[in-house]
Amino acid sequence: MLEARYLAIRLLRAAATVFGVVTLVFLLVHLIPGDPVDAILGDQASPEDRAQLRHTLKLDLPVARQYWFFLGDVAKGTMGYSFRRSTETVSSLIVKVLPHTVLLAIASVALAWVLAIPLGAIAALRRGTRWDRATSTLAMLGIAIPNIWLGPLLVLLFGVQLRWLPLPGDNSTRPSALILPAFTVGTALAAILARQTRASLIEVLNEQYILAAHARGLSAARVLFKHALRNALLPVMTVGTAQFGAVLSGAVITEKIFERPGIGTLFLEAFFARDIPVVQGCVLTVAVFYVLVNLGVDLLYGAVDPRVRLI
Amino acid sequence: MRRLSIGVAIALAFLICALVGPWVAPFSPVEINLERQYQTPSLTHLLGTADNGVDILSVLLHGARLAGVVALLSVGISLLVGTSLGAYAGYRGGRADHVVTAMADLVQSFPAIVLNVAILAMIARSGLIHLVLALAANGWVLYARIARAQALALREREFVLAARVLGASPVQILFRHILSNLAGPLLVQASAGLGAAILAESTLSFLGLGPGVSASWGALLDQGSAVLLRFPHVALIAGGVIAITVLGFNLTGDWLHDRLDPHSR
Repeated sequence: MLEARYLAIRLLRAAATVFGVVTLVFLLVHLIPGDPVDAILGDQASPEDRAQLRHTLKLDLPVARQYWFFLGDVAKGTMGYSFRRSTETVSSLIVKVLPHTVLLAIASVALAWVLAIPLGAIAALRRGTRWDRATSTLAMLGIAIPNIWLGPLLVLLFGVQLRWLPLPGDNSTRPSALILPAFTVGTALAAILARQTRASLIEVLNEQYILAAHARGLSAARVLFKHALRNALLPVMTVGTAQFGAVLSGAVITEKIFERPGIGTLFLEAFFARDIPVVQGCVLTVAVFYVLVNLGVDLLYGAVDPRVRLI
Repeated sequence: MRRLSIGVAIALAFLICALVGPWVAPFSPVEINLERQYQTPSLTHLLGTADNGVDILSVLLHGARLAGVVALLSVGISLLVGTSLGAYAGYRGGRADHVVTAMADLVQSFPAIVLNVAILAMIARSGLIHLVLALAANGWVLYARIARAQALALREREFVLAARVLGASPVQILFRHILSNLAGPLLVQASAGLGAAILAESTLSFLGLGPGVSASWGALLDQGSAVLLRFPHVALIAGGVIAITVLGFNLTGDWLHDRLDPHSR
């Protein structure tokens, strides 16, 4: 009963957010001063061309009708047609490149967790030692170095100096070509997660039930993995999801650095070509994706920690 | 303590560069000299030269002005709008609170850079003020959340009740009692916010969405990335300056937090 209610509330809230996101993406064109027709054709275009484009874009209709059409395009799943390639729907363009971005995002998040948990755990277990200090220095650097600098640095080190990994734009289907981009996006997340793991694990290790587990004669490893880490990782998960937006933004930027195809590259192309439907489609896709990931993690929490479902 | 004052030193150095940079720069940031393209650092060009032979140090000094102006304006607007909306929502509660919270949630359902780029795409004109507004479009949310939380907590405190009983108007209470108690946390956030805005300006310029001004840190980094394999010094220097500046403002935020928050002493 409680669970059904929890699920229903979460789903309703996510649906409302998606609706708000769709509306905001539509309104962006209308709220922002300036005429999209000017933006596309420039100030010098003839009145006939302008009228023609205005008609094609349905900008000659009342705003409410335009909104209705926009909702229709979203509901149909086409999200309208690209200005540049008018035979292709926006969604077909996005579907073509989205897997590249999703793959990069997943690789980055996976890499971040794989790095962060052992580092954070070592720092917590060896608190105050060299290990702890080394980890926290690494974490501070990881947070401070921006993607736009980390990418070029990694390329110079691992691509040019050591020649271990492929250079940007080179053979981007090989799995090894994913390593540097995933590092570029994932390092900051890894640093944040490692800090959180350390803080959270230190807190849990001080709990009575950990002492009790030791007293019952359980091995140190069993106490750590079965009792401590499992409880310590919940707050880390919260922090991890809150950072998912940064991962998506990071993917947009990193695709440019590494000349990879993806939604970021499509987005920038559309931006420079003033292809407004494609820009809207990309923003919408990223935002909806973000909402869905948050929903998924919320539901996952409910499964992991029954206390969460009581809300 | 030492770590933190380094942050303040970096932040101050940046602000001084932003103020006087363009006047002390040894060369013009647009002066083209194709014979001295991509030189490594030397006595004439302390940080070397970039695309078209422009002097990197001069570009950085002019770029500091741009980054400084964008950061101060966007943080200033965000702070003003966010604090007013948040404090009002928290103090009044009810409907006002619902509306402001829903707006904040909505803005935060977009990854920050994506929303900035979307706004810039719709404006379709490159200009400093457009960039500032695009950054403020989601910048206000953090300040609003801080102000709201504090106002909610302060609303029930005795000194606010006393002021109300004494007949103070809501506006008086907001300014005299609520906002004055908010100064600390907001200052901490604003300091880190300046770093974030400098990074956002660099990132947008790096993506080619900057204000179309010739000298920008992000644009220099973009040029440097294009020739990374042959002339790595351009990207290394430009990116390093961005990273150190952002770090400086973040450390300043930590330092302010430690000084202003009596609990952490």
